[in-house]
Amino acid sequence: MNWLRDWMMPLAASEHAKKVDDLYIFTFWLMLAFFILIVYLTVLFPLKYKRKKEGVMTINFSHNLALELAWSVIPLILVIGLFFWGFNDYVESRVHQNDAIEVHVTANKWNWAFEYPDGSRSIKALHVPVNKPVRLILTSEDVLHAFFIPALRTKTDVIPGRYVELPFTATVAGKHQVFCAEYCGRGHSGMFAELYVDTPEQYETFLKEGPEEFKTMPLVELGKFTYNEAGCKSCHTIDGTKSEGPSFKNLWGKSEKLRDGSSVTVDESYIRESILNPTAKVVAGYEPVMPSFQGLLRDRQILGVIEYIKSLK
Amino acid sequence: MADIVATPKSQSHGDHYDVDYLNDGSLLSWLTTVDHKKLGVMYLWSILFMFFLGGVFALLVRLELMNPGQTIMTAEQYNKAFTLHGAIMVFLVIIPSIPAALGNFALPLMLGAKDVAFPRLNLLSFWIYVTGAIIATVAMVTGGVDTGWTFYTPYSTTTDGPVALMTFAAFVLGFSSILTGVNFVATVHKLRAPGMGWFKMPLFVWGIYATAIIQVLATPVLAITLLLLIFERLFGVGVFDPKLGGDPVLFQHFFWFYSHPAVYIMILPGMAIISEVIPTMSQKVFFGYKATAFSSVAIAIVSFVVWGHHMFTSGQSQLAGAIFSFLTFLVGIPSAIKVFNWITTMYKGSISLAAPMLYALMFLILFGIGGLTGIFLGTMSVDIHLHDTYFVVAHFHYVMMGSTLIAFLAGLHFWWPKMFGRMYNERAAQIAAFFVFIGFNATFLPQFLLGSRGMPRRYYDYLPEFTPLHQVSTVGSWLLGLGFVIMAGYLFASLRKKMDAPSNPWHARTLDWQTSSPPITHNFHEIPVLKQGPYDYFKPFEPSVEGYHE
Repeated sequence: MNWLRDWMMPLAASEHAKKVDDLYIFTFWLMLAFFILIVYLTVLFPLKYKRKKEGVMTINFSHNLALELAWSVIPLILVIGLFFWGFNDYVESRVHQNDAIEVHVTANKWNWAFEYPDGSRSIKALHVPVNKPVRLILTSEDVLHAFFIPALRTKTDVIPGRYVELPFTATVAGKHQVFCAEYCGRGHSGMFAELYVDTPEQYETFLKEGPEEFKTMPLVELGKFTYNEAGCKSCHTIDGTKSEGPSFKNLWGKSEKLRDGSSVTVDESYIRESILNPTAKVVAGYEPVMPSFQGLLRDRQILGVIEYIKSLK
Repeated sequence: MADIVATPKSQSHGDHYDVDYLNDGSLLSWLTTVDHKKLGVMYLWSILFMFFLGGVFALLVRLELMNPGQTIMTAEQYNKAFTLHGAIMVFLVIIPSIPAALGNFALPLMLGAKDVAFPRLNLLSFWIYVTGAIIATVAMVTGGVDTGWTFYTPYSTTTDGPVALMTFAAFVLGFSSILTGVNFVATVHKLRAPGMGWFKMPLFVWGIYATAIIQVLATPVLAITLLLLIFERLFGVGVFDPKLGGDPVLFQHFFWFYSHPAVYIMILPGMAIISEVIPTMSQKVFFGYKATAFSSVAIAIVSFVVWGHHMFTSGQSQLAGAIFSFLTFLVGIPSAIKVFNWITTMYKGSISLAAPMLYALMFLILFGIGGLTGIFLGTMSVDIHLHDTYFVVAHFHYVMMGSTLIAFLAGLHFWWPKMFGRMYNERAAQIAAFFVFIGFNATFLPQFLLGSRGMPRRYYDYLPEFTPLHQVSTVGSWLLGLGFVIMAGYLFASLRKKMDAPSNPWHARTLDWQTSSPPITHNFHEIPVLKQGPYDYFKPFEPSVEGYHE
């Protein structure tokens, strides 16, 4: 009966998905049997007992205990069975493993952003290793969304002001579709993400080099993305106002006076040094509070930030 | 002799004694009438107009989904179109359709009463309904609303548009529903004809009674919820929006605490009509009368404790989810009992396949699909996959439209001769029924497959792989629309004829058929005294109304 499953269901990319399919297909056959019975009788009786003459009296058949018990008790037993089956599979799928890889998911209109244990980030593309338990921790920045992975037969609503979790273990490597399933306005039907179930090597590469778009995105755009996502924006403005750190506006090429009295020209090397070893040369008037981004940003991202700062004239 | 001994007829009544209710007054007297029959007819026209409006939005939604990407409208317009389709169909069509239109007309007649218990309250309910409909229309033309008919927070508290006005319309409509419910409960308790004990009431009355109880108990919760929503939007009171310290899931609990019982406000009256049409058209005693009567009440009670099955993925506790799943399965049992009772009622009957019966048989099949697919959704692990997909859309359309609305059509064709005193063209009715059946299934069967394959609902655009099924569905919606156009044609045509309907075209045994078609203003010349049960087709007919003739 695999054709039926393939026809009704998308690819099953986890053990849990296969269990859901088993139950779905079982329920389908059971309900089909009941449906055929209903249709058979609904068509048979009107044909067989079609009115031939007006004003005839019919039999007084208004009770039959055996029949009535049968059609109350048999369905009751069947649905209780289905309840326990569905309940067991559900609970099993929601028990998370202690060694699970935890990925933070943030939803907003109309975007999915992911943050990995090592600080890597990606947008609209979630990378997980195959056959490893994963635990997503999801929250929303604005309205309700829902993270729906048809291939894994799982979803959860994503709620602002709250964390929900979604554990799974994907067993089929490849690219799977993720939808937003809770209505969230104009961009709802385009709020996709891709789930990349990677081989261990692919996953390692991803963590080291970042998602595919980091390699192809124009540098300025990558820099802007990094500025927004990696936390630069919380201390460095881009409109010239003073914050915890110097503003990026008109920073490029400027000669800065440092706390120790010496001065430095803002060029590629200085920016790179300031990202990786921020306390080495702190500009006068600011505290040495910036953390090092060593290991958190990839080389191309650093180049991107440099180009982004150049562009802010 | 006749000149000397006056009959009670000429003694107590004036010239209007035999005039039917359709022709006894001016337009103004219609608008201020307290006659349940006129109110029923006015509800009927209002609801049919709203159904037309909701249907146009439905066809627009389906047309937009003919192809991926933009077909005829933008995403914003699409979101408004499906919201208005849902809100109109639920609040302005399906909830009032059977109780307010057909129930108002038939309930007092079936009980052998002159009117409902509180005729003035009934008039008030009608005008509250009209007010709600007007407010909703104003909200539609002043920008429209894009929240979905469920008004989920915090989207609904943050999006633009006249959301507060639309919500207020639903709030107002709720009062119409509550007052109608109160009226019907009192009517059933107090105005049954002499001899009509509880178990001699027609099953339509049982169904409407169970519905009225839910309307009275559940609708105030919706009113409170919508009021809180309006307060949050207008004054920034933080109940649901987490940015203001509220909880969006709380809204869902409130909303479904009403809206799940509301599903039964919608389906129980449908079941009630089927329970009337099948024994009448089969000329058979109802099989399992008490089981059916009690199962209506059982459904009404259990319906209050299953709301959480709309929220398996919403982050409610897993224990709560399990309990709701279990209770949901239990509500399936009374429904199954009813289906088997209806089918067994036909056994060895004398079955007429006139239009009301065609729709009743259609109901059995479509409700079969709607009910059985509900089992998939009650099962937790399967529901997690199917939740918020087209599978759910298909399921509730089979229940809301395939069952309730089809039952409404069965009832409309059943009582049409009584309401307007005219028979419609039977052949045209068969053709329309054919298109409705084929069109409905072509529209919604493919949506089960779309859903199980992962197509989420409320999507303006979709992946190319879903295109063929969406196209079948859209073409189906045209066939369905054609069925309704034909229906409108022969129903309006029948109104232009002279009155030709007999008092009792279906050879029914309930009291509503023992007065003229259309009934006289006061329903019956004398108070009927019940002589027979409503479905005693195994013995000769003994009318309960003096002077009855077919």
